[in-house]
Amino acid sequence: MSFTIYSARKIITMNPNRPEATHVAVRDGRILGAGTLEELVGWGAHELDERFADKILMPGLVEGHSHTMEGTFWRYIYCGYFDRMDPDGHIWEGARSIEAVVERLQDAAAKLDGPDTPLAGWSLDAIYYGDRRVDRHDLDKVASDRPVGVLNASGHILNVNTRALELAGLLRTGINHPGIPLGSDGLPTGELKGPDAMTPVGIHVGFDRDLLACDESGLRQFARLCVRAGVTTAADLANLLPPDAVSMMLRVTGEADYPARIVSLRRLQNMTVPEIVDRALELRGMSTEKLRLGIIKVVSDGSIQGFSARLRWPGYYNGAPNGLWYVPPEQLREMFALALEKGVQVHTHTNGDEATELVMECLEEALRRHPAPDHRFTLQHCQLADAAQFRRMKALGMCVNLFPNHHFYWGDQHFAMTVGPERAERMNACATAVATGVPMAIHSDAPVTPLGPLFTAWCAVNRQTASGRTLGENERIDVDTALRAITLGAAYTLKLDGEIGSIETGKRADFAVLEDDPREIGAEKLKDVGVWGTVLGGRIFPAAGI
Amino acid sequence: MSTTDSSTAPLPVTVIGGYLGAGKTTLVNHLLRHAAGRRLAVLVNEFGDLPIDADLIEAEDDNLIAIAGGCVCCSYGNDLVLAMLDLTKMIPRPDHVLLEASGVALPGAIAATVGILPDYELAGVVVMADAETARQRAGDRYLGDTVRQQFAQADIIVLNRTDLVPPSEREAVRDWLISEYPAARQVSTERGQLPPEILLGFREAREAATGQPGPLHGDHHQLVSASAVPEGPVDAQAIADRLIAPDLGLLRAKGVVQDFRAGLMLVQIVGSRAEVTPAPPGSDVGMVCIASRDAAGDSELLASRLKQILAKFSLPVEAIQ
Repeated sequence: MSFTIYSARKIITMNPNRPEATHVAVRDGRILGAGTLEELVGWGAHELDERFADKILMPGLVEGHSHTMEGTFWRYIYCGYFDRMDPDGHIWEGARSIEAVVERLQDAAAKLDGPDTPLAGWSLDAIYYGDRRVDRHDLDKVASDRPVGVLNASGHILNVNTRALELAGLLRTGINHPGIPLGSDGLPTGELKGPDAMTPVGIHVGFDRDLLACDESGLRQFARLCVRAGVTTAADLANLLPPDAVSMMLRVTGEADYPARIVSLRRLQNMTVPEIVDRALELRGMSTEKLRLGIIKVVSDGSIQGFSARLRWPGYYNGAPNGLWYVPPEQLREMFALALEKGVQVHTHTNGDEATELVMECLEEALRRHPAPDHRFTLQHCQLADAAQFRRMKALGMCVNLFPNHHFYWGDQHFAMTVGPERAERMNACATAVATGVPMAIHSDAPVTPLGPLFTAWCAVNRQTASGRTLGENERIDVDTALRAITLGAAYTLKLDGEIGSIETGKRADFAVLEDDPREIGAEKLKDVGVWGTVLGGRIFPAAGI
Repeated sequence: MSTTDSSTAPLPVTVIGGYLGAGKTTLVNHLLRHAAGRRLAVLVNEFGDLPIDADLIEAEDDNLIAIAGGCVCCSYGNDLVLAMLDLTKMIPRPDHVLLEASGVALPGAIAATVGILPDYELAGVVVMADAETARQRAGDRYLGDTVRQQFAQADIIVLNRTDLVPPSEREAVRDWLISEYPAARQVSTERGQLPPEILLGFREAREAATGQPGPLHGDHHQLVSASAVPEGPVDAQAIADRLIAPDLGLLRAKGVVQDFRAGLMLVQIVGSRAEVTPAPPGSDVGMVCIASRDAAGDSELLASRLKQILAKFSLPVEAIQ
């Protein structure tokens, strides 16, 4: 049987037995072996393919926590402060001032048909524009007749113009809502905080009713972003997975040229614990090579920058009251116990260290009732965990997926405002996790920050903030450790490490095809490694042609 | 004559909060059983253990349960606002919405959201307290601040499951709630058995107008009711402000009065929350109220105090001062 041997400038295998190779042999979408040409020809008749002769091959990168709706968001106008690549490969320049945001939206508005057509933007990050808040008058300069709204980068704030407020019936005095600040005229400023304030206006500016849902075109766009980021497997962390969405996802990912594997977690909502465990088992049975189902996601608290994460004493640095619980402990205990009993994996979002503590306490109780080997229950984000909490994770057999991108985008705010200097330096304590022996992944939470594991690795290696501060030198990890986190590390949290995450005999032929060698380019340049494209199950996907 | 036009009047919403096991679902089912012709819509955070008694269910869909008597129950998950916007399009439109918050939700935040939605008006925040566990929950390491905020945001605290604790303990919890949360009125019950008027309002405005409250549903020895008719023009806002003072222990009041300045006004009280809005022209004046016996004493005493208040504010408040 014929197979293909690819030559490369270098193959970084993530297999410690032979960390580097020059050739990899692929048959039926899987890896026959990585080594020298001489070793691999022993498999028999082959074709030698030299198209990657000047490229670096790595195991296909694994994004352990993202949301496929990143693909959906690109139908709105990108208004972020930083440069960002869209699914077409076009790099949108960051909008460095409120005026630049307005100008960009004006350009988009000029292309719209009809005077009433709404205009929606996303990824606004007002904290970079100094003290001045974006208000409705700014967006009135975009249009006064059509509703205009821009979603904040965090996803928790929506800025709208006067027309949008009017359509929602909110252009009036006497509004008393913590999420709707009022101007000196007694009318809303146009800033809407939190989903309850955002939704009634969001539906008038063109945001879909269910912002978190990803439709077919969004799922396709998402995979194009994966190819450009070198990602071959991405976890979609909080899907409700109704039957019609599952059918669509099975159909789309089942197409031979769909260029990514998606692991979609079912979020605990609208179902009892026994129901969701049954559903997870049913979904697991529907899994294919390119769509993995059957893991449950639980969200236990909010976000640190939104002051809705649950912190232990002494709480928020600026004195804000403690955040919100999203599930009661009774439900966590029931969820963990039944999932352990039935062999279903659970990933739990915790941001604050109090949420982390409660989740571990509940899991420990559940484990006493249902001891479970290799459960790999994973803490997602887990940004504020201290050393003792990592030791407890280790003792409980948990994994962690940390969020180092936060240091770059919001590290300065964490330092100055949310948790203060000391805890800001220990946020996303990658070095502690590794030293403690907790299996670790790192993630982007796209679309909250851009999909791009090499950038995430750069964040974990450098811990540099947007202003250039190194936030917690002691928690930096080296490049090899970071590369492991974005391949085998993430695969381990998804129980896929036997299948993907390294280039060695028997695994799937999933590769990131890179222009530069991440081990040689230098730690400070890790984010600049060029991505040529990917190989998925032996099929080649150049970014240029995607 | 109805004082409201059901097709255009804002839809009243009662937010029901409280921690797990405090009896929110029991109360909701009790109200469904005693809706007396009102079409109730129940919104629940999620269909955990089914929130509606099986014998009341007529049909069940993924996100909607049809209930006997034209009532419905919808699950809102993360999208409270969308569920509420959909609800106003329902035909026939519900008469009243019961919004059952999740055990860890802050009812005050939900109430604020009700306030920004077109077509809705807040008809009070009721928080259930489990007589057996309330104090322990309020001191819990993880949940204490959440439970305490829930109580602090209540217009009425319903001390429930009082049959499960000895009388001395019931009194201790009651006194603790009064001292910690003086802003809320309080009522005790055993299995959520409250007169529906307390949450849903008085069925017919006529009751208020004629000054003849119907008998309270069921045996409510904890409660007293009274009515009165003002003898001339009054200061509606001053009366409303007085009626929410803790010494009266009013849980619910509704009345139409002739205000000096504004003409016919509708005064509505839910615990510590008062609303004064224009009443439809031609409404008959009169006021009816329900109070807790602990605070108000007996019916005769309540009636005489109500009459005194109406008489006291029969002059503009500035004239009294």
